[in-house]
Amino acid sequence: MIDLFSIFSYTFMARALAVGLLVALCAALLGVCLVLKRYSMIGDGLSHVGFGALSFAMAMNLAPLAVSVPVVVLAAFFLLRLSENSKIKGDAAIAIVSSSALALGVIVTSLAGGMNADVHNYMFGSILAMSRGDVILSIALSLAVLILFILLYHNIFAVTFDENFARATGLNVRLYNMLIALLTAITVVVGMRMMGSLLMSSLIIFPALTAMRLFKSFKAVVLCAAITSMLCFFIGMVMSFYCAVPTGASVVIVSLFVFILFSTVAKLGVQKK
Amino acid sequence: MRLLSCEDLCMHYDSINAVCHVDFSVEEGDYLCVVGENGSGKSTLMKGILGLLPPSHGRVVFSGLSQNEIGYLPQQTVVQRDFPASVWEVVLSGCNSRRGWHPFYSKEDANRANEMLLLLNMEHVKNRSYRELSGGQQQRVLLARALCATEKLLLLDEPAAGLDPTATAELYQIIKDLNQKRGVTVIMVSHDMKNAVAYGTKILHMATHVQFFGPTDEYMKTEAFARLSGGAHHND
Repeated sequence: MIDLFSIFSYTFMARALAVGLLVALCAALLGVCLVLKRYSMIGDGLSHVGFGALSFAMAMNLAPLAVSVPVVVLAAFFLLRLSENSKIKGDAAIAIVSSSALALGVIVTSLAGGMNADVHNYMFGSILAMSRGDVILSIALSLAVLILFILLYHNIFAVTFDENFARATGLNVRLYNMLIALLTAITVVVGMRMMGSLLMSSLIIFPALTAMRLFKSFKAVVLCAAITSMLCFFIGMVMSFYCAVPTGASVVIVSLFVFILFSTVAKLGVQKK
Repeated sequence: MRLLSCEDLCMHYDSINAVCHVDFSVEEGDYLCVVGENGSGKSTLMKGILGLLPPSHGRVVFSGLSQNEIGYLPQQTVVQRDFPASVWEVVLSGCNSRRGWHPFYSKEDANRANEMLLLLNMEHVKNRSYRELSGGQQQRVLLARALCATEKLLLLDEPAAGLDPTATAELYQIIKDLNQKRGVTVIMVSHDMKNAVAYGTKILHMATHVQFFGPTDEYMKTEAFARLSGGAHHND
């Protein structure tokens, strides 16, 4: 226990923990909606777009968050439109956007001086990347996501469960879909610096899928996803410190382990009945 | 009393004239079945009534209720079949439009949801998961949700699609009871001609324009009925 406390006496670790837990929480909440609405891949696409935007910002010597937040928000609306448009298959369109953004990012970076440590950090994540300003902005954005989610919880449920019914009862479904996309975009940008753009989507998808193995009501799934997500992040981060591996990767592996654990428990439960 | 009327309603769907110059009205206590072949504009008309698609000409007029006060029973989507939600959560979401800007449901909303569960004899599955229920039970839950939104007018979109014969008969009986005992006005879009004429008091036969609109017994004398129900028998 004493060891655990001493880890977080490092400023960068305390910062990373605060931001990470908040991002894990937001990603889990939004992830439940995205997975249920069959939009899981949007998170993945957005983090790749985020990578492209970050590389561009770095090559131009611009503030990374100030560039990537608006770019990723725009991409989120665009991907949402693609998914709503039945004429283009949503998942294929997202794959095109995401790989193109990644390619663009790599090209910009190599033209601007080659793959350096920073680019590597954006791809696979680093907890050392956080400045004080980043931390404050990240915390503010995460809190905004959290508060909106709680206040609009019942409308978000209605839109997720049955768009047609929600629309017929006078709810502005398109507005809520855009809001979910907007919040996801913000969460992805804030989270990808720590998790890495290649691994960020796991923070969105894993908690929801894990919670759905065991729980059967929306509220229980949301709560369980939030708790497991923060727990996995915490364990993953401590592990990454001791084993000296990137945080993002170790969080993903912990999440995978918990997912398998939940699936096994669910299977055993079914067999008992 | 008149609840709603469509006045010279025209609607486009994918740049096709799906609904052309449609005139009809629904009185309080009616049980109107909207029938017609695939592509006859039934679903487009329904979207027009619900306000999901704008009319290109004419209008839908409501009296005594607003457009978002329709108890709508949509067809089930793929998303819902394995959606983790309790029956209670689903039924309560029917009160969503009453909640307004308040972030949480009031005690009244909860009482109303409870009442509708009791009415449809579903209170024993209140805490069960929606996805574990049978198809017939799921439809009853969605019906309870629709009734939470309003008790004046139910709009049902092929409610018996995918149900076995027993569950279908049960569902039609429930809808009939709601109509006769509680005075709920019903508009039902249906492919099931036999039940449409057995339960509906009025028929609207669509073929982009109105082929027939009037009481069921008159409709059964028409050629349109003979043609459409004859086709239905062949399908059986």
